[in-house]
Amino acid sequence: MLRDITLGQYYPADSVIHKLDPRVKLFGTMIYIISLFCFRGIAALAIATVFMFVVIKLSKVPFKFMVKGLKAIMILMLITAAFNLFLTPGEELVSFWVFTITKEGLTNAVLMAIRLTYLILGTSVMTLTTTPNQLTDGLEKSLMPLSKIGIPVHAIAMMMSIALRFIPILIEETDKIMKAQMARGADFESGNLLKKVKNMIPLLVPLFVSAFRRADDLAMAMEARCYNGGEGRTKMKPLHYEGRDRLAYLVVLAYFVLILVCRIFLRWPQ
Amino acid sequence: MSIILDKVNYVYSEETAYQIQALKDVSLEIGDGQFIGVIGHTGSGKSTLIQHLNGLIKATSGSIYFHGQDIYDDDFDLRELRNRVGLVFQYPEHQLFETTIFDDVCFGPKNQGLSKEEAGLRAFEALRNVGLPEELYYQSPFDLSGGQKRRVAIAGVLAMKPEVLILDEPTAGLDPAGRDEILDLVARMHRERGITVILVSHSMEDVAKYVERIIVMNQGQVMFDDAPKEVFRHYKELEAIGLAAPQVTYLMHELKERGLNVDTDATTVAEARASLMQALTGIDSGRMDIHR
Repeated sequence: MLRDITLGQYYPADSVIHKLDPRVKLFGTMIYIISLFCFRGIAALAIATVFMFVVIKLSKVPFKFMVKGLKAIMILMLITAAFNLFLTPGEELVSFWVFTITKEGLTNAVLMAIRLTYLILGTSVMTLTTTPNQLTDGLEKSLMPLSKIGIPVHAIAMMMSIALRFIPILIEETDKIMKAQMARGADFESGNLLKKVKNMIPLLVPLFVSAFRRADDLAMAMEARCYNGGEGRTKMKPLHYEGRDRLAYLVVLAYFVLILVCRIFLRWPQ
Repeated sequence: MSIILDKVNYVYSEETAYQIQALKDVSLEIGDGQFIGVIGHTGSGKSTLIQHLNGLIKATSGSIYFHGQDIYDDDFDLRELRNRVGLVFQYPEHQLFETTIFDDVCFGPKNQGLSKEEAGLRAFEALRNVGLPEELYYQSPFDLSGGQKRRVAIAGVLAMKPEVLILDEPTAGLDPAGRDEILDLVARMHRERGITVILVSHSMEDVAKYVERIIVMNQGQVMFDDAPKEVFRHYKELEAIGLAAPQVTYLMHELKERGLNVDTDATTVAEARASLMQALTGIDSGRMDIHR
């Protein structure tokens, strides 16, 4: 039941995209998202589409895993599309009762749907090909300059990776305790809201107890290994840019320039 | 027949990168009043199997019948099934949550719809059965020692008076005295109340000493299902899948090889002693009082 929830949804495969430095993927995704919100015209849309499908193909992740992320935002997408469709002023196409659909509304709605879809697909590529730990590593290294002005970048990154590491463990623990209490006749489904909340106590108390116990154990284990934070700490697998990472940056940059060029010179049909 | 499994399959994380087939075509009959041991190395599907027996996990395919009723039928009451098939999870002490031990043990009976008084009586009886000192009843379960917590958690299931009691490694992490206490308690419940007991264990000695039937799981399949003697005769195959026969069985095989005419089927110390006495002195020690 709870096992089906995937947060760090890493899909292991041996592909070029998997091997890229996490920083490349982070910045690449960021640039891609920016490009989605500044493209104009059908040519740019085609470029963005082709670019994404090439990357998905290269990542060797089955397409159905990408689409999984879309289900979650389906409702958000429908609402956004509806708002755009009915509330954009402009040239009237159809009108019934209090609703008016305008030409601008229609294009906006379609564009917004496309943008959101691509946004989810694009970020899915990153989360599916990068382990959460690699991502925090990448973030830590990218944000390192901020430590000069007194921001504890390493501590934040460490907390993030610990938190990420514990999500599956706590989900499993929740699942286990839930089953144990269900075996004792607990009921987590029926009843009104107040009753439901009350029924959660047999789940939440053991869960918190175990979370604190685990946190204690982990702190102890880290101290036993003489962990003392960021300053001067080396990594087992330090991040280095390699040839393919530079190439990837170039490709992403070229893509972005292309989108910008289209925005300026090929604005048809808008 | 109280529980019948017919070609049960279970797949974890279906249609993801981490898909695992935890059970493959498992067919079993679990008779009333049996004392069954389930063994198998880590990841062999033992825990998955027992969670099917009270409907906590729904099989991907196959059916399970409880007293002839299909538990996956729409009109089958799974909560009623869980009242009758008690399951004690691994490290059950992690499920304690109430402010007092007594209230925690009352949780199960209250969920069964019993009145406060009845639930209290059940809790008293269960706590007495697991041998917890009475002065602890109204203390917080979180102040107890590990072994005591374990006993409280088991009492929490016993108080529901199940017909079938399933225990998933109830002795993991306990000291030898604690281990014997728990297993003796379970054996007594089996003897006195005639309940069916299914014991998942990693200890071949424990299994050999208590159970009358062993189910060996390997890679999601039932590998052996027989009396302990018969199962441990395959000790070479058991070793190949990361298990073993009881230590004393190895000793008997060794002695046999060295020329002593002993029974290599002995799986408990008592049986081995009897066989040894007979081989050495020719006296059937079964009738002797050896404690002298």
